[in-house]
Amino acid sequence: MKHISISNQPLDLSHCMSLVEDHTVGGIATFVGTVRNHSQGQTVIRLDFEAYEKMALSEMGKIADFALEKFEIEHIVIHHRTGSLSLGEIPVIIVAAAAHRKPAFEACQFAIDTLKETVPIWKKEFFENGSHWVSAHP
Amino acid sequence: MEIFAFGIAKDILKTNKLILETDGNISVKELKIKLMEMFPEFQKLASLKIAVNNEYQEDGFEIKIGDEVALIPPVCGG
Repeated sequence: MKHISISNQPLDLSHCMSLVEDHTVGGIATFVGTVRNHSQGQTVIRLDFEAYEKMALSEMGKIADFALEKFEIEHIVIHHRTGSLSLGEIPVIIVAAAAHRKPAFEACQFAIDTLKETVPIWKKEFFENGSHWVSAHP
Repeated sequence: MEIFAFGIAKDILKTNKLILETDGNISVKELKIKLMEMFPEFQKLASLKIAVNNEYQEDGFEIKIGDEVALIPPVCGG
């Protein structure tokens, strides 16, 4: 099963874990992204996330479908947050549940790596003296 | 044609929705060239992709009247 969501409300890891409760599952891999206080030597104050929501949900769904097909996993959760996030807050949670640990780890890594490449979500870093869109320029 | 813009593309256009006059259909490549002429800041981006009806499309794709078009500057989720 896949569970995809984009929300401007705080993400909840225990809720994401509850979505994959299943007695056929022997391992659950999770990735939790958090807002850190530095980027390229500068002090980060907060991050703003913006999504092209309809397309982002569609691309997240493709990642989940591909992961379910490619790796031997039973369930995958991909939740992304939008809006203004403070230090330590959670922009993304990935949960992959499988009978065995290896496909769970692999699916989790695949999902976060691909999300960063294909899902139309943008991140603006705010510093003490300015802001910029991350990765926009070479 | 209505074009939705996100992230830095929105800042460059100074709006989240650009209305562009076109003579009938236009390819993705033609649209990119037109935008880069009108807004040279786009040339400085690491990449600029075009989504039509919520799917990435390559240069040769023909955009039809009524399609939902969006500018996708370099994405950075997670």
